[in-house]
Amino acid sequence: MLELKNVSFQVSSEGTDREIVRNISLTIPQNKLVVVTGPNGGGKSTLAKLIAGIEKPTEGRIFFGGEDITDLSVTDRARKGIAFAFQQPVRFKGIRVLDLIRIAAGSHLSVADACVYLSSVGLCARDYVDREVNASLSGGELKRIEIATVLARKAKLSVFDEPEAGIDLWSFRNLIEVFRELRESIQDSSILIISHQERILNIADEIIVLKNGEVASRGRQGEIYPSLMGDASAGALCECEGWTRALGKEEE
Amino acid sequence: MVKLDEIQKRLLREVADLHEVPEGAYNIRSNSRSVGRQSSAHIEIASKTDVSGIDIRIAPGTRNESVHIPVVLTESGLKETVYNDFYVGEDSDVLIVAGCGIDNCGNQDSQHDGIHTFHVGRNARVRYVEKHYGSGEGKGKRILNPGTRVFMEEGSTMEMEMVQIRGVDDTDRTTTAELAAGARLVVRERLMTHGQQHALSTYVVELNGEGSSADIVSRSVARDHSFQKFDAKIVGNAPSQGHTECDSIIMDEGRILAVPGLEANHVDSALVHEAAIGKIAGEQLIKLMTLGLTEAEAEEQIINGFLQ
Repeated sequence: MLELKNVSFQVSSEGTDREIVRNISLTIPQNKLVVVTGPNGGGKSTLAKLIAGIEKPTEGRIFFGGEDITDLSVTDRARKGIAFAFQQPVRFKGIRVLDLIRIAAGSHLSVADACVYLSSVGLCARDYVDREVNASLSGGELKRIEIATVLARKAKLSVFDEPEAGIDLWSFRNLIEVFRELRESIQDSSILIISHQERILNIADEIIVLKNGEVASRGRQGEIYPSLMGDASAGALCECEGWTRALGKEEE
Repeated sequence: MVKLDEIQKRLLREVADLHEVPEGAYNIRSNSRSVGRQSSAHIEIASKTDVSGIDIRIAPGTRNESVHIPVVLTESGLKETVYNDFYVGEDSDVLIVAGCGIDNCGNQDSQHDGIHTFHVGRNARVRYVEKHYGSGEGKGKRILNPGTRVFMEEGSTMEMEMVQIRGVDDTDRTTTAELAAGARLVVRERLMTHGQQHALSTYVVELNGEGSSADIVSRSVARDHSFQKFDAKIVGNAPSQGHTECDSIIMDEGRILAVPGLEANHVDSALVHEAAIGKIAGEQLIKLMTLGLTEAEAEEQIINGFLQ
């Protein structure tokens, strides 16, 4: 489905070059839910942006369904079937939730159909459909709407950048059901989630651990997950305190 | 009523949403003369005798009625100043739809300066909608300089919606208002300029009575080489509340000058102004592009929403 070949991404700041993503090669197979995890600053979000076309690799090629999409714009990639949920959703003055979902669906959805997407992310649809996607919405509400827009796209590849960020734990437990359902109806599509969340790692088919811009390890959920949870390797990987906390210490 | 040609009909649709002769009272002015007029049982429209224009008298207690007074200009080189005075009786509740459309396909400037004066009686409520629109391929400019004076008696409410989205080359709009106790003024201005257009909008609102309030919000987009100036001043002379807001998107080589002004002459006058000018946020464009829109389509969506 999606293949990255020797992809690197470099930025220059104050005269020095820094490599955020280093020579990554990986595949997101059809009908799989893949979770990319790893310490903060490891290049995860950049990887997601490279796939969506928001950033362009400084080296390497990206293939989608066998086609080289490296030079395609964000729009073209979206039209080929890549959807992207922002870690920090964008606000718009005057654009309603309904408008955004209709744009995402690419058709003039009925209000009832648009509400289905809102309900599935745990929002009482009637209360939200006419609201503006502006600063009057809380971070958690915006985040759910963001996820609803991606659901409405019915994309071949859906990329979620830290869907748990900005959502309280209680809401997140409900949201995990959204991803479970997505996983169940994955036929002919793929899902890529950037996450630190144990519950999301739990529903992955495959896990990729990114560290310092490189793939530190990857494999089936059953292989990688226990090693992440194991103290020794987790300690080695989890140099970031926040990551350790998110991985291991979630309150039940 | 005089038969209107297709251009005149199109202008009427743009500025007053009129497809047919409106219900209730109306006066339709085309190329400097009244081409259709109707008074109603409670609303009387009469020509002025000293200057060009009309007096509109709305009887006290008139409710749920409307007055349409659209103006269209299709002759190139026409310049006119028109005085329309509204006397809105006590306890009435009415909708007034004004608006001016100019189609100038000639090389001479066409100009309509509409001076509207509102005397809003005690506890009356007025919704006022004014749309400006210009079209035509000629080199002659389309110029509109509306002057609006509002005198609000105790407990009255006036909601004004002013829209100018397309085609007017030059606008110098001045709105002044004086509010007695408990009066409330709400203004929503939406403006988009393009090409080489100039649009000036000046407000001076005096809150003279206890408990009076004003809320003036302008949303605007300046494209191409256009220039906008938004100058809104609220004067608090009594215990009162005032709020002005100018929220603008700047594009291309556009220029915007926002001059919010507050003058508090009473210790219990609470006045707030907000002004923000900026280009469309890159992340907004990118978000819509990830939903499959092109950059141009995304821009259009953002502007349409903003001016909604």
